[in-house]
Amino acid sequence: MSDLLEVQALSKAYSKQRGWFRRQHVTALDSISFSLREGKTLAIVGETGSGKSTLAKLLVGIEKPDSGQILLAGMPVQISHYKKYNHVIRFIFQDAGRSLNPSQKVGQMLEDVLCFSTVLDQQQRRFKIAQTLKLLGLLDEHAEYYPHMFSGGQLQRVALARALILDPKLLILDEALTALDPTLRAQIVNLLLELQQKSGLAYLLISNQLRLVRHISDSMLVLHQGKAVDYGSVADVFDAPSHDYTKKLINSAK
Amino acid sequence: MLLLDIKNLTIELETADGRVRAVDRVSLSLREGETRGLVGESGSGKSLIAKAIVGVLNQRWRVTADRFHWLGQDLLRLSPEQRRQVIGRDIAMIYQEPSRSLDPTAIIGEQLEEAIPNHLLTGPWWRRHSYRQKKAIGLLHKVGVRDHQRVMQSYPYQLSEGICQKVMIAMAIAKNPKLLIADEPTTALESTTQAQLFRLLASFNQLKGMAVLLISHELESVARYTQKLSVLYCGQLVEAGETSQLLQSPLHPYTDALIKSVPEFQPDLAAKTPLYALPGSIPTLQHVPIGCRLGPRCPNARKECVKTPTLERQQNHYFSCHFPLTTKGST
Repeated sequence: MSDLLEVQALSKAYSKQRGWFRRQHVTALDSISFSLREGKTLAIVGETGSGKSTLAKLLVGIEKPDSGQILLAGMPVQISHYKKYNHVIRFIFQDAGRSLNPSQKVGQMLEDVLCFSTVLDQQQRRFKIAQTLKLLGLLDEHAEYYPHMFSGGQLQRVALARALILDPKLLILDEALTALDPTLRAQIVNLLLELQQKSGLAYLLISNQLRLVRHISDSMLVLHQGKAVDYGSVADVFDAPSHDYTKKLINSAK
Repeated sequence: MLLLDIKNLTIELETADGRVRAVDRVSLSLREGETRGLVGESGSGKSLIAKAIVGVLNQRWRVTADRFHWLGQDLLRLSPEQRRQVIGRDIAMIYQEPSRSLDPTAIIGEQLEEAIPNHLLTGPWWRRHSYRQKKAIGLLHKVGVRDHQRVMQSYPYQLSEGICQKVMIAMAIAKNPKLLIADEPTTALESTTQAQLFRLLASFNQLKGMAVLLISHELESVARYTQKLSVLYCGQLVEAGETSQLLQSPLHPYTDALIKSVPEFQPDLAAKTPLYALPGSIPTLQHVPIGCRLGPRCPNARKECVKTPTLERQQNHYFSCHFPLTTKGST
């Protein structure tokens, strides 16, 4: 089985205006490399400002990398191909309630996604929406609901539905599990694990909860000030952290 | 000696669809120098209880209680001015998002100096100003901010959330309160800073004998730093007792589910196996089920559960369930 996603020496720097002629360069990411296989989960751990979110933005094409390559199933990805590969990589935001349009019915929102990215006719679209809602444990009637009518856990499911309706290969979860309550979080975690087993989805989990990371991911990447300080399988990193920052992080979770 | 003694606290809100009971007969007590955790999911009324204790709830909320004692004084019977005096002297509270509860238009030094009460400053009046400044710097050192010069001169937006929260704690302990209420103090912070803050609160508790009421939705972090624990679900108190005992042998199915759903408490759980989860989701306050509010989601609910269970006691362990779990939950 080949790698689904391979990232080679990805770098990104932002420049800030300081005065009239001076510019300050901030390195957000410094030659990051990793790979992710189908049906596996990679966790990205790090403090704020360590470049986690920048990495996620580069992967979905919101921002352009300065150097380095992103290979998707062996093919290099360019920003101009965005439309082609937004089927494959989908993104879930931290707060589902705020990332959904409050004035749009859930069914309409899902249909928009299909209109933009597929060539299905109306009949097929309707079928697909019903199928996706069922997959996530929602009812057909929920297509007629507005986001404010859902509870927190259901909203997260709707956000998942929007991501999964295009049958992606990779799902990026940007702190998507942090804000949920424990029993709901357990529900969503179970759902994610079940989907992974059924359809071989790969997850890129950006999280700060180390125990959860340990439970659901296969490998992990620890970022510190834009550099990858530890990368390996979860068990290896937890048993033998090499960098001081990783040690501190793991100790704080014990 | 009991600092805080609340019995059957009920908080209601009058709405267009009738009266909504957000907190339903919750009892809570705190001894001097005790740390108690208050755990519950969003909408379970934990912040409401905290606000009711400090008395900052909106006029629309109706607060009633059989007993609402602070050091033997019934707070609900005091006039607002007297109550404010008592609370201002003895209780301090820190809030969820520190950068939002600090004043964005004033520098930290100013805000911190303002929080130091006059009666703590001794000496002639013309020396007060420098005393106040010294005390503010001392407070910052106490909460582990070494770089006081820069922090005192900064506006809240220039500092990280962690430092802001430390400043909030410094402001809270400025008056040597008997009770510190921390309402989700660490949600906005990262895991390393979180641990730091909890250690800070624990050290103040031990060094000064300050009681701490720690409110959070994360059982794992609360359990590590508290002696006693109260678990809320949808405004009802489901279980209360010693933290270690509660974690070892929960009697209420909700506590049991809460413990099992967190990977922290299941060290032998194999990776990638499903977690234990209750079906359904938390009901909204307009549509709470009658009787035991966990009813529809409870794995061992029966016919009797439509009646609200009373709080029962087994030694120091309180629970409200008709069918408590008797066997040890995890094995």
